[in-house]
Amino acid sequence: MDLDKAKQTFILEARELLAAMEEALLGLEDNEDPGESINAMFRAVHTIKGSAGLFGLDPIVRFAHTVESVMDRVRGKKITLDPPLVGILLECHDHLEELISSTQEGVEEAPGSREVSQRLLGGLAPYLEGHGVAERASATLATRPAGPSSERWNECWHLSIRFGPDVLRNGMDPLSFIRYLGTLGRLVHLASVVGSLPQGEDYDPEGCYLGIELDLETDAERQTIEDVFEFVREDSKIQILPPHSKIEDYIRFIREMPEDERLLGEILVAGKCITAKDLEEALATQKAELQEDGIIQGRRIGTILIEDQAVPPPVVAAALDKQKKFQERQAQEMKVVKVQAEKLDRLVDLVGELVIAGASVNALAASSHNGPLLEATTVVNKLVEEIRDNALGLRMVQIGETFNRFRRIVRDVSQEMGKSIELEVHGGDTELDKTIVEKLGDPLMHIVRNAIDHGIESADLRQARGKPPTGSLSLNAFHDSGSIVIEVADDGGGLNKAKILKKAIERGILREGAELSDAEITNLIFEPGFSTAAAVTNLSGRGVGMDVVRRNIDQLRGSIEVESYEEAGTTMRIRLPLTLAIIDGFRVGIGAASYVVPLDMVIECLDLGPFLESEENHLINLRGEVLPFLRLREIFRMPGEPPARERVVVVQYGETRAGLVVDKLMGEFQTVIKPLGNLFKHVRGVGGSTILGSGEVALILDVPQLIGLASESGHRRGTAALSSSYQN
Amino acid sequence: MLSYQATQHEGRPALKLKGALTIYTVTQAWRDIPTKLAKHKSKVLDLSGVEELDTAGVQLLLWLKRDGIGRGSDLVLAHHSPEVVEVLDLLRLAAVFGDAILLSPSSTSGSRHGS
Repeated sequence: MDLDKAKQTFILEARELLAAMEEALLGLEDNEDPGESINAMFRAVHTIKGSAGLFGLDPIVRFAHTVESVMDRVRGKKITLDPPLVGILLECHDHLEELISSTQEGVEEAPGSREVSQRLLGGLAPYLEGHGVAERASATLATRPAGPSSERWNECWHLSIRFGPDVLRNGMDPLSFIRYLGTLGRLVHLASVVGSLPQGEDYDPEGCYLGIELDLETDAERQTIEDVFEFVREDSKIQILPPHSKIEDYIRFIREMPEDERLLGEILVAGKCITAKDLEEALATQKAELQEDGIIQGRRIGTILIEDQAVPPPVVAAALDKQKKFQERQAQEMKVVKVQAEKLDRLVDLVGELVIAGASVNALAASSHNGPLLEATTVVNKLVEEIRDNALGLRMVQIGETFNRFRRIVRDVSQEMGKSIELEVHGGDTELDKTIVEKLGDPLMHIVRNAIDHGIESADLRQARGKPPTGSLSLNAFHDSGSIVIEVADDGGGLNKAKILKKAIERGILREGAELSDAEITNLIFEPGFSTAAAVTNLSGRGVGMDVVRRNIDQLRGSIEVESYEEAGTTMRIRLPLTLAIIDGFRVGIGAASYVVPLDMVIECLDLGPFLESEENHLINLRGEVLPFLRLREIFRMPGEPPARERVVVVQYGETRAGLVVDKLMGEFQTVIKPLGNLFKHVRGVGGSTILGSGEVALILDVPQLIGLASESGHRRGTAALSSSYQN
Repeated sequence: MLSYQATQHEGRPALKLKGALTIYTVTQAWRDIPTKLAKHKSKVLDLSGVEELDTAGVQLLLWLKRDGIGRGSDLVLAHHSPEVVEVLDLLRLAAVFGDAILLSPSSTSGSRHGS
């Protein structure tokens, strides 16, 4: 049964709320600004009260109501949260937890719990307004005290029907509805409301003026009862109150009906839905409350909850299911241990040192020709590798979390813009270094907002262009040759190249008459001070967009490019390094010096040649493909003569390839990236340093920069053939 | 169909309804009854011949009763047929009409629904 499931959800939720309440209570002392904690506690108790009311858990509602009242006064700064009160509230928390537990076990009220309630309520009394007398009164309004006398009060469904004026003309007779209801259960009480029957000439003999208030004792479900009125539902006013509805609801219902409230009140009393005393009290209290705005606010939330109860069961089930999933996810998050990033960095650093030290031990062992020692170092080496992988893994987080945040943003922003947009997420399980993920949030946000704001067209325009009215935005993450690629793609209007060119010239970013490829034009949007938005919205278009995005990405040693087709869409592609700390390297030698190329950028190694046309072109023919190359010896101005047989390491970054010419290839090894000092920051082609097992220092090559250099030198030499390999 | 017959009730002129007082006949009845009552100088409606009564019929009776009150001439409903009693009972309207309902032996058994 759905209700059971819902109750389980309530229990789960209540437990979590109570945990939050406890945490807030305990954190109060070391918290400089307790306001948020107090709010959290109030919300926790308030929500528990509301949900408990839904399930008719009167003891919980009664108890929580008083705790909530006290919290409300604390929140309103009418009383201070002193240590004794914190103590009592902690006890109240424990008691609520017990009440929830007994609910779970199916016990209405555990023995002795009433006494604990009384004692705690007594303890709270001094903190209540007018020492609790007034609060007690409104507590009775929220739920009637459960006592033996109340047992059979509202076992019945209360139905209130005002038939529409055309019901009779449409061939239906209210009498038959009543007779049919009589077959569903027992008509405990019924009253006809005929006050609307006009006198004299206004009377239409074929009009229907009948209203019925009836109490039905039945086991039938709400749907069955509702279905009875299926054919008159449209023009008739039908209200159905389930058994055990709160007095508030009867009162609200009375107020909503056009008839005199006394009359309806009496009908309800006659139907034993409420007692005369309760009615009297409730009406009086409600009137008094109307003046006290604060309380009415709180009450309204309760009403909303109840109104939820009136929606058809499938909707409720779906909502609860969703809520449950969210809670499961939360529960998963609870299993995570939070570690300070600093500690993690220190660990990764140490592991890096260990890797280096291990390499030197390996080298020594290899030269010692000591069999058992070699064996031992092999085992140690394997363990070190595993530790390295795990330590690095600690820093890796799935990008899915970041992506999921965008669901909400896309929803909100698209609503604000009045566009209908669907977000698709792929590759959420792709792992990235935590530092990178954290710094990626802002640029991604910018890109996504841009896509919604400028990219995706309005529904009308979309339809005019023959696209589905709902725009689609996709977030994509995947591994690609040693880097992580994150794509934000929309199926919107694309970038207007003519407009970009015009703007770029206007802003002085570009000289007039410059010849640019399509890709180069679209990538102009990353230039500082560039914005093509015709209207400045509060979302984007203030001209501080894409250049900031590029700067952020640059800081992560990544790159961003844009691919856009007019009227078909735009894709922003961010390329990021996998990690910032340790890489698998490929060691190459020039003279006596060693250099390291990140292994995942290495495509292949070959002997230098054959050249395309001549060696001076700095181009080789790689199986029919034109490949620009660089002599590292020239780049780094190394003294000495190159050996007779030079080698080429073919590297790739993104879509671009180039050859690096070196003296010798020295094989793969793991290495820890050490940043270069400030002095070397501007040296081109070098990204970091590392210490070799022998203690020597080796420079790590910055492949993207070198590829750029190679392409540039290719350009300088004016070779048209180059553009075929330089696609970006 | 609904037909009318002038009769006596406790020595006073009465109008007896015969047939069904339902949505199908209610408009006609609404036009006829006041005229016929006036013609017979009658203030009593004899319901013993009502074989069928629906909500429209009940409303008409209530309207006649109230309008009668409005003109200061108390209309009395008398000799309720079992069918009429059943409906008034179902709608709990007997008290609203306030007429004495004489329970005939046949109507006592099946009429008191629910409570």
